[in-house]
Amino acid sequence: MSTVIDSGDADRLDAAWWIDRIVKVLVFAGGISAIVFILGIFAFVTKEGFGFVLKDMDVVEFFTSPNWRPTSDTKPTHGILALLAGTASITGFAMLISVPFSLGAAIYIGEFATGKTRETLKVLVEMLAAIPSVVWGFIGLSIMNPLIIDLFDVPVGLCMLNAGLILGLMAAPIMTTIAEDALKAVPDGYREAAEAMGATRWQVIWKVVIPAAKNGLVAAVLLGVGRGFGETMAVLMASGHSINMPEGVFDPVRALTATIAAELGETVAGDTHYQALFTLGILLFAVTFVINLTADLVVRGIRKK
Amino acid sequence: MFERTELNARNDRTQALVKVLFGVMTVLLALPVLIILGMLVVRGGPMISWEFLTADPTNGMTEGGIYPALVGTIWLVSVALLISVPIGIAAALYLSEYARDTWMTRAINLAIINLAGVPSIVHALFGVGAFVLFFKFGTSILAASLTLAIMTLPVVIVATRESLQAVPHEFREACWNMGATRWQTIRRIVLPNSISGILTGVILEVSRTAGETAPIMFTGAAMFLPFLPQSVMDQTMALSLHLFAISTQVTDVPEELPYGVALVLIGLVLALNAVSIGFRTWLRGRKKW
Repeated sequence: MSTVIDSGDADRLDAAWWIDRIVKVLVFAGGISAIVFILGIFAFVTKEGFGFVLKDMDVVEFFTSPNWRPTSDTKPTHGILALLAGTASITGFAMLISVPFSLGAAIYIGEFATGKTRETLKVLVEMLAAIPSVVWGFIGLSIMNPLIIDLFDVPVGLCMLNAGLILGLMAAPIMTTIAEDALKAVPDGYREAAEAMGATRWQVIWKVVIPAAKNGLVAAVLLGVGRGFGETMAVLMASGHSINMPEGVFDPVRALTATIAAELGETVAGDTHYQALFTLGILLFAVTFVINLTADLVVRGIRKK
Repeated sequence: MFERTELNARNDRTQALVKVLFGVMTVLLALPVLIILGMLVVRGGPMISWEFLTADPTNGMTEGGIYPALVGTIWLVSVALLISVPIGIAAALYLSEYARDTWMTRAINLAIINLAGVPSIVHALFGVGAFVLFFKFGTSILAASLTLAIMTLPVVIVATRESLQAVPHEFREACWNMGATRWQTIRRIVLPNSISGILTGVILEVSRTAGETAPIMFTGAAMFLPFLPQSVMDQTMALSLHLFAISTQVTDVPEELPYGVALVLIGLVLALNAVSIGFRTWLRGRKKW
């Protein structure tokens, strides 16, 4: 046989080549869709909220006044200090509890636990991550609320403590999972070398594994903070949702995210209140973007080594 | 020469102490899931009946069942999947099979991390600004599902990319050496070998989508509607928003009712998760390479 490829084969090859080209374009479109969407989020939230930034916003009042009264008939004010304080106090309290527990759990699951125990614990942590935000809010409202009232003898249990505990539990799985991944990424050779020198398991973890996984652990905490900062429904339902500069853990507080969720329904598209809520959205977007970018850069720091 | 010294003993004590301490911390993290589930089952369990699942809410949502909310959640999740699964798989194929390590790939990865990290309420604002107002879909299932789809896109992308990358590179090389195009290789070798992993990711996305509340509140879900949705341009009730409504907005709700709704919602979500986890474990055990 002298002809290797007859014309029928050539046509088929041609078709295969064209399909390949078309698929390549389609798949590329899918790939850049993530960029299109994130730019779209930024563009649309800014488009709806920028009228407020340009026209009605008093920058000093916005950042330094604790008075958020966008619906006042006489003199509406748009100060977000109390909302910032609410978000910061809840997130801070949540991290205070959640960071040590999550890192501890990551170390236990990654370094100590074996076999069935390890798998079971991992599944439980995954289940914890799967509980929907609104169910957490409901738990804060109907289980934690009476519990806090009884335990601490306070009039209302919807407060910073309640929302902080809930948020801590919500942020824990993401921190545990990412921290455990970071520990797993440390080469076994490091551990073996240290153990060969006579170090105990804990000495290996403390002196070798944790320093080697440091960046990943920092990224885990950052992403946990981002999660807490952006949480909406659970915080709305468990925090008490009243505008307040918090002074103690039993004070009800109000978060930025919850403010948008609670008030957007009352606004008319395009009015000042509506635009002000979108401005809060711009702020939330910017802060979480910076947190995620930082976490990404920190993780890249390890890969370069 | 190799006698145990005081130092050895101290190190061992520290080691034992630390192990117990971290073990207890882990259990304290894992325990709430079991406690919460237990409380929901005990208090909400008696509410669940065939009638609860198939009847309309009555008397200002203080009595009756959850049928329209259940149907609405199924609508929202199905439409969201139709949108996000093809896009997500395409994106994962691009990242795993085509992309080189360029600034473009880095930008895509960063965008994915951010899509997952942007607060759900910001996704909601985006949905209102883009789909409800700009594209004029109004508050509808379409607008809500688009918002949900974009929000949960990273779940599909990450899971799919992982299972694509688990297919050994030699499989692809063998196929290319036979003269196959990139797409033929993907179609005949890569996808068949990773389809179950992709499915695991899709199930996980269903469970995430079903539980979300904030993104659908202003884009297409209503607290109460007297009719079922007929098309994607209608509004709908949803299980998650229903739980929010009866536990915060409606007065005189009997105490057990929201427990029943919460149990159905969490049951749905955790069952889907369990299927996904079980599937993954089974796959791992079956892996031939």
